[in-house]
Amino acid sequence: MNTENKNSRRDFVKTSAVITGGIMATPLLSGANFFSGSEDTIKVALIGCGGRGTGAATQALSTKQNVKLVAMADAFRDRIDNSFKEMTGDNNIKSRIDVPQERKYVGFDAYKKAMAHADVVILTTPPGFRPIHFEEAVKQGKQIFMEKPVATDPAGIKRVLDAAEIAKQKKLNVVVGLQRHYQNSYRELYAKKELIGDITSAQAWWNNDGVWVNMRKPEQTEMEYQMRNWYYFVWLCGDHIVEQHIHNMDVINWFKGGHPVKAQGMGGRQVRKGKEYGEIFDHHYVEYQYADGSILNSQCRHIPGTMSKVDELLTGTKGKIFCGAANIKDHSGKVLFQFDKKGENDPYQTEHDELFAAIAKGEYKFNNAEYGAHSTMTAIMGRMATYSGQVLEWDKLMNSGLNIMPKEFAWDAMPPTLPDADGFYAVAVPGKTKYI
Amino acid sequence: MNFVNLSTHMNRKLFIFYILFILQQKAISQQTDTSFKAYEQSIPGSTLKFKMVPIKGGSFTMGSPENEKGRDAAEGPQKNFSISPFWMGIYEVTHDEFDIFFKDANTSQNLGTDAITRPSPQYIDLSWDMGREGGFPVNSMQQRTAVMYCRWLYNKTGIFYRLPTEAEWEYACRAGSSSTYFFGNTESDLEKYAWYKKNSNAAYHKVGQLQPNAFGLYDMLGNVSEWVMDQYDENYFDKIKDISTDPELKPTNRHPRLLKGGSYVDEATELRCANRTKWLPEWNKRDPQIPKSKWWLTDAPFAGFRLVRPLKQPSADEIEKFFTLYLSN
Repeated sequence: MNTENKNSRRDFVKTSAVITGGIMATPLLSGANFFSGSEDTIKVALIGCGGRGTGAATQALSTKQNVKLVAMADAFRDRIDNSFKEMTGDNNIKSRIDVPQERKYVGFDAYKKAMAHADVVILTTPPGFRPIHFEEAVKQGKQIFMEKPVATDPAGIKRVLDAAEIAKQKKLNVVVGLQRHYQNSYRELYAKKELIGDITSAQAWWNNDGVWVNMRKPEQTEMEYQMRNWYYFVWLCGDHIVEQHIHNMDVINWFKGGHPVKAQGMGGRQVRKGKEYGEIFDHHYVEYQYADGSILNSQCRHIPGTMSKVDELLTGTKGKIFCGAANIKDHSGKVLFQFDKKGENDPYQTEHDELFAAIAKGEYKFNNAEYGAHSTMTAIMGRMATYSGQVLEWDKLMNSGLNIMPKEFAWDAMPPTLPDADGFYAVAVPGKTKYI
Repeated sequence: MNFVNLSTHMNRKLFIFYILFILQQKAISQQTDTSFKAYEQSIPGSTLKFKMVPIKGGSFTMGSPENEKGRDAAEGPQKNFSISPFWMGIYEVTHDEFDIFFKDANTSQNLGTDAITRPSPQYIDLSWDMGREGGFPVNSMQQRTAVMYCRWLYNKTGIFYRLPTEAEWEYACRAGSSSTYFFGNTESDLEKYAWYKKNSNAAYHKVGQLQPNAFGLYDMLGNVSEWVMDQYDENYFDKIKDISTDPELKPTNRHPRLLKGGSYVDEATELRCANRTKWLPEWNKRDPQIPKSKWWLTDAPFAGFRLVRPLKQPSADEIEKFFTLYLSN
């Protein structure tokens, strides 16, 4: 299906049907079904076949539209095989999977080849690769679902913002997996945010135990090890402040209608110090300032046995929005609005339901790339503030052109950070580590 | 009995043998009489204990009559069963207890096998701010996670604990009653015994705060809903129609299994003794990964469990087979 021309064909069918009382429409529609199933089939390529990619593809294939998965790409063959096995084992979607061996692409350049087969691409590799993949998808004129974060450094953010401009001109829908934008409770709270007056401050938390680890295996090259254990390397993951906490800061940006202009903070690596944890911190606390002077206090921590909390709180002149509890209260504690949690949806599914409905209708509705890039940049600024211990300004950072990605992508190429003789990686030291 | 006289009529060896025999018999009968009673189980590696009470064997009518308000067809036709004796936890398993396992640094984490292994970390706190310390029921877990806790506990204590079967659970809940709720049919009395939608304030509560049933079991209805062992089958009563003692549907698929007792989110009808809550895929709808977590449920904060210990403990071999069946399937 050529999604860019979809609108005109649909309009033509509709117009013809009106003129001829339906007679014209019949041969056109049956003709459409003559080629490879149906001209209405929306073909999807999955780029990045881990747990989230498999989840996103499953959601795409669970929409009402006539969607088919036609190609898969990953740096690792076993990731493709596991993902394919999971999806073909799911009776609800297996009839929508058409990925023969020759359309399973493995390696660093696999994405380009897989994309070529599709109308829609799902970009779900580790975030370091997102700018490269997004740029290529826009170049190839694809509709796009991409996961957050959308980059790990300012140079990557710049590439995403530039490509987002071109996507806009080409009218390519871009949905970013910041799913709170697609969650009923958040949408309701946003619609009623005037109840708290002007937002003067906010708090955001992602404190929990942390995530998985993939231990080094003796046969792995350094590049392969880092790709397997990607969460703990900044060029791939961005640190957990970027990879997870972005969700909470993104909510504040969304409700504020902008992004912070500067940040300062503190952080470190207090408990999670083993070599298998690469180079990222286990806690960050960042004070962000928006253009109007309002403050966001943001904290994220990966330390088991400590207070666990993932939430956002906005304080305004007239009250507070409690996102997790999904209610709004005035300053005396009186509930002004309570979202009924029975009305909560599966926001991951809604992202795809709305994207594919728009694509099928030939509509251009979604341009999430810009706010996705700004929220990612907010988190990157926070990371660089805690790593350096300096006050960082948005514009300076954006113009720095800082690029932390490898020069070359190959299994025998050297990643930007390397272990010492004992397998440990250098960790940022506030006051010494410089970023700009 | 005059032992001295007796001894004069028997040779000395026989006499000693006879005395030993009597003492042994007495010891056995004492063990049977005194050991099937309430006790406290310490959890190794902690100062925590949980209370178990004996549930004597007996028979009961399982399921609900056709005229019961809120009844589902899968709750019948009613049938009479004999149930063998077991102990049951008087409370639902708490976060405090479960955390001894969850945070046991000597146990591996998130292995893909049926070996004793701890659950993966929760990406977000699945107690949803309802309380974790001081006696709140543990929640949001898959049935497999509850069974893994049993396996860990068996490994630590040498005692075989497991979840109740659907029939054992209902037998213990009814505690001799045959009414809609174990205390009768009057819905308005429910708040004396159960945390449910009307009185829960949308959260679970510390275990054991309300009145127990006739067997001394707290929160059987409401608070968290409780995993039982069986495979869920809407034709359960048909499948077990030829069985008269200890019915159980062994698992053939990972899903669906079921919860009993209703929970703090439910209306009164869901708290009926006969009610059966079938697992639904939506219980993990906000897990963005595939495969979805084997351990946790992102959207079933009401799912919890309690333990039983069968009076007749299976052999070590049978116990291994049991865990393999429930954890690998």
